[in-house]
Amino acid sequence: MSRVGIPRSLFYYYYGEFWKDFLDSLDVPYIVSPETNQDIVNRGIKIANDEMCLSLKNYLGHVDYLKDKCDYILVPRISNFKNNNQTCTNFWAAYDIVKNKFSVNLLHYNIDLEKGDTLKKGLYKIGKELNKNKYEIRRAYRYAYTKEKKRIKKNHIINVNKLKLKTIKILIVGHPYNLYDDMIGKDIIKYLIKNGIEVIYSDKFDSKITNSLSKKLSKDLYFKYSKDNLGAIVYSQKNINGIIFISSFPCAPDSLANELAMRKLKIPYLNLVIDDSTSFTGLETRLESFLDMLGGTLND
Amino acid sequence: MTKIAFPHMGDYHIPANFLLSHIFPNTEVIKVPKITSKTIEIGTKYSPEFVCTPFKYTLGTMIECLDKEADTLIQMGGGCRYGYYAELQEKILKDLGYNCTVINLVTEGTTNFKRINKLLKQIDPKFSKIKALYYGFITIKMVKYMDIIDDYIRENIGFEINPGSFESLKEEMLISFSHVKNYHELYKTYKRYLNKFYKIKVHKPDNRLKIGIIGELYTIMEPFSNYFLEKQLAKHHIEIKRFTNVHYLLFEKARKYKKYQKYSKEYFTYSLGADASDNIARCKYLCEKNYDGIIHIKSSFCTPEIGAMPIINKIASTYQKPVLFFSFDSATSETGIQTRLEAFYDMLEMRKEK
Repeated sequence: MSRVGIPRSLFYYYYGEFWKDFLDSLDVPYIVSPETNQDIVNRGIKIANDEMCLSLKNYLGHVDYLKDKCDYILVPRISNFKNNNQTCTNFWAAYDIVKNKFSVNLLHYNIDLEKGDTLKKGLYKIGKELNKNKYEIRRAYRYAYTKEKKRIKKNHIINVNKLKLKTIKILIVGHPYNLYDDMIGKDIIKYLIKNGIEVIYSDKFDSKITNSLSKKLSKDLYFKYSKDNLGAIVYSQKNINGIIFISSFPCAPDSLANELAMRKLKIPYLNLVIDDSTSFTGLETRLESFLDMLGGTLND
Repeated sequence: MTKIAFPHMGDYHIPANFLLSHIFPNTEVIKVPKITSKTIEIGTKYSPEFVCTPFKYTLGTMIECLDKEADTLIQMGGGCRYGYYAELQEKILKDLGYNCTVINLVTEGTTNFKRINKLLKQIDPKFSKIKALYYGFITIKMVKYMDIIDDYIRENIGFEINPGSFESLKEEMLISFSHVKNYHELYKTYKRYLNKFYKIKVHKPDNRLKIGIIGELYTIMEPFSNYFLEKQLAKHHIEIKRFTNVHYLLFEKARKYKKYQKYSKEYFTYSLGADASDNIARCKYLCEKNYDGIIHIKSSFCTPEIGAMPIINKIASTYQKPVLFFSFDSATSETGIQTRLEAFYDMLEMRKEK
């Protein structure tokens, strides 16, 4: 039985749980690479160009970790979601970079709604490559889809409810593959929670609402994930005490969209750009003074 | 009276000037100052820290134009984040206290007549569409002729017998291009100068070095931002092949993409954004046509090209061809570039002798 490898980076944070449910239902064994650690970062640096963004470097590190542990590696390509919703060009290129850099079997699909390539079509294609019949794939897709829908709804409710609390609330603006990555954003969030601050995530709002709300901050923006982030700022602006921007160095959409947001904001914000040599001690000092400024009390 | 200005890119300010001054006879088109090291200094000062370099160049030029009392700025966009420059630049300029509007003709790498019409109405609500179409046609032809002549110059400038003859003739041609009145006159001027260019004496040895330049579009087309790379190569008597020009971007890109994809399908399956996938196909083409070396240039942090670089590296190692990667930034030193170019040139010579 062939085993599928899923790199725990970039796409995983958007579709990871969905893939897992899908493969579970198809009865295909899979392996997910571990949380990003120093070994994976080093592997990534070795393979990647020095100008690639930290998240892509980590992604290549994860793929390198998986390359001899499975038969297939799942590397999708995401291009756009119609109506001025492009993704970063690294998402376009990831599949071709992996294909040229590694000699492993790849499972891939393409999301390009302008040309009619949807997630459903992509998963049917993958299911066929794994030798499953149409009915099995359909069942698996439906199973994964309903579960994913429930999970997203739950996240939305938790996030929106947090906005009503009376404690100090900070909105974290960033892409999920940075926020929840062990080597990039997780320490920051842990630190905030330790200090008794309610953390609200920009990516856990309903993107149908935030996407159109982003027009209030920027009317020309066409990067989907940045649009969602800016929309989240507009949505929660009145109920939060401060904003922390987290981006990896040198993120292309963030460099412009976040800058525009910062120039238009009227509430306190902190901009953290993280690269492979950033130490948490340096960040801690900045976070501490930001929290002091917000009037938060420190534990130690 | 509105005063229009636009950022520089190569010699294309001449057709742009021609077009704007004819469509909007009631407005003044500002003569844009040439890019200098001061421009990039100003641009860098007010730009976000890790934005790509074209942003800094265009912002610097915009500030210089605004100091000359321009109030309407025109910006074009590409398929990458270039399409999003205009909005942030407008915000930065407004924060600096300038009163201006930035008009972005292209976003996301695509545009249509409806959008352009709407935007041009902002400048002058009574502009004549028929005139715009007519002069638009002449401008397109002018760009095409300029690109054809530039291609010829690039192939021959390294071998001219009287140094400087190509450059002085080209300047003469650009001046007469800017004074044409109708299409017939433009065509006649073009033919006249083309003949003059053919008559310039060149000495082309058979064992000359041939280099292809590929890379990110702004850096490739604006000679100041690549530190006059082409001129330096010409000094070493090298024949240069370059693909990117405005005519290609406007009319050929969409048509050629499928061809390129078929041609190099073993290297990329999907578009990598902006010009990246075109560059991969061109790299393969240059290798197969037996060019001696390839120079890949880009501004620093250009995301699509960064994605293409590992693939270009792979092609070059398959065909055993040398590639030189340049990443230009506002802080790049000219001497550093010269040293690397000279080393590259020496290496090519040595390979040739073998």
